[in-house]
Amino acid sequence: MYGKGRIIPALILFLGLMTSPMWYKSGDAGKMPKPEKPKDYTECVAPAQYMRTSHMVLLNQWRDDILREDGARIGKTANGTEYVRSLQNGCMKCHSDKKKFCDTCHSYASVKPYCWDCHLQPKEAM
Amino acid sequence: MRIINPLIAVLVLVVVALVAAQVPGGQALVGIILPYLAFAVFLGGVVYRVVYWASSPVPFRIPTTCGQANSLPWIKQNKLDCPSTKAGVIGRMLLEVFLFRSLFRNTKAEMHEGPKLVYGSSKFLWLFAILFHYCFLVIVLRHMRLFMDPIPAFVAALEFGDGFMQIGTPVFYQTDAIFLGALAFLFLRRITLTNIRYISLPADYFPLFLIMGIGITGILMRYFLRVDVVAIKQLALGLATLSPTITGQIGAIFFVHVFLVCALLIYFPFSKLMHMAGVFMSPTRNMINNNRMVRHINPWNDPKIKPHSYASYEDEFREFMVGADIPVEKELPAQPAGEEAAKAAE
Repeated sequence: MYGKGRIIPALILFLGLMTSPMWYKSGDAGKMPKPEKPKDYTECVAPAQYMRTSHMVLLNQWRDDILREDGARIGKTANGTEYVRSLQNGCMKCHSDKKKFCDTCHSYASVKPYCWDCHLQPKEAM
Repeated sequence: MRIINPLIAVLVLVVVALVAAQVPGGQALVGIILPYLAFAVFLGGVVYRVVYWASSPVPFRIPTTCGQANSLPWIKQNKLDCPSTKAGVIGRMLLEVFLFRSLFRNTKAEMHEGPKLVYGSSKFLWLFAILFHYCFLVIVLRHMRLFMDPIPAFVAALEFGDGFMQIGTPVFYQTDAIFLGALAFLFLRRITLTNIRYISLPADYFPLFLIMGIGITGILMRYFLRVDVVAIKQLALGLATLSPTITGQIGAIFFVHVFLVCALLIYFPFSKLMHMAGVFMSPTRNMINNNRMVRHINPWNDPKIKPHSYASYEDEFREFMVGADIPVEKELPAQPAGEEAAKAAE
């Protein structure tokens, strides 16, 4: 092998960079975020798995529907419970603690939603 | 066939992944075992190829000289295109690696009426290649949010910059669109330009389709089908900390994405994609053009073999040369008369 002096350090650098997530002091992988569930309510506006993957789409739909197309403010769950289609008056009514609910997963997955650019943040999260 | 076969190969990979995601145990196979295997093949393969290349000696200085070489003091040297110093080579390599300078020089030849042959500069290959590569880099770095915890600041900064336009939720990343656009250009370039199509092989189309597949599945996963990111991060972080688990429901699209990425990692070291390492190792770029300033000794020369000048050669064989009537520079010494007589007596 020729040029060992340059190639071996370069290869070590390459391997180090490629495996950096392994050396990086990542926390316990089993430590999943546990968003606090509301105590008084058992049913959400949509099934849990849908909410897990697509709640942001739902919020955008509500916005477009109500603010841009004059849609209904009140929605109904599968069991017929009425709810307000609104982030602050709907979602936050049950999931009242932003820090213990929204932020747990969002900070785990490095998601910074811009809801709070306009909406008022709950006081305790400020 | 050169286009259809690689496309079919990628589609088969997609179908295999879709099936594997449904079969019991298939998710662990595609989500845990295959990524480790692919990563090992990728690292091992790249190291193997680099060491293999490095075992070839490059005894001669063979840089491509694209400008005036170092010459008399009043002739201006092109220090980047014909470097005669280490600094010049480093500058040349930095521009090549970071800015794709050799693609920037891309030219096209066109035949016009007359017939008239016209050469012109063609920057589109450079433009879309650099867009593609930098978007790919940003996308890979952005994925580190899934493999690292806590998330490094530069990853968060990249995500912020990439989603700067705040379009939709989940927020739209500009690099996703530019990446696919650039890939589409690189593909269309191969099929629309007849001379490029003529020299394009399945090995050119396959990586294009594979990377397109990865981009499309990623975009589907983020914007359209949507998956449980927390469950995926748990798996990815588990892979990085060597304790992978699959919990929760992860959509099949995720397994297609991972399967295609693994296929790319396995394919990488044995394909043209190795230009990633090759760009650093191409002697036509990374050598100093100092042929006439420094004596370069062939590395495979046997040190026991000493230089043999013509004068010493003649010294060794003069007698035979004279005997065979070969002209010599120095005649045989005149032999003393006594010796001659002694010889004659024998």
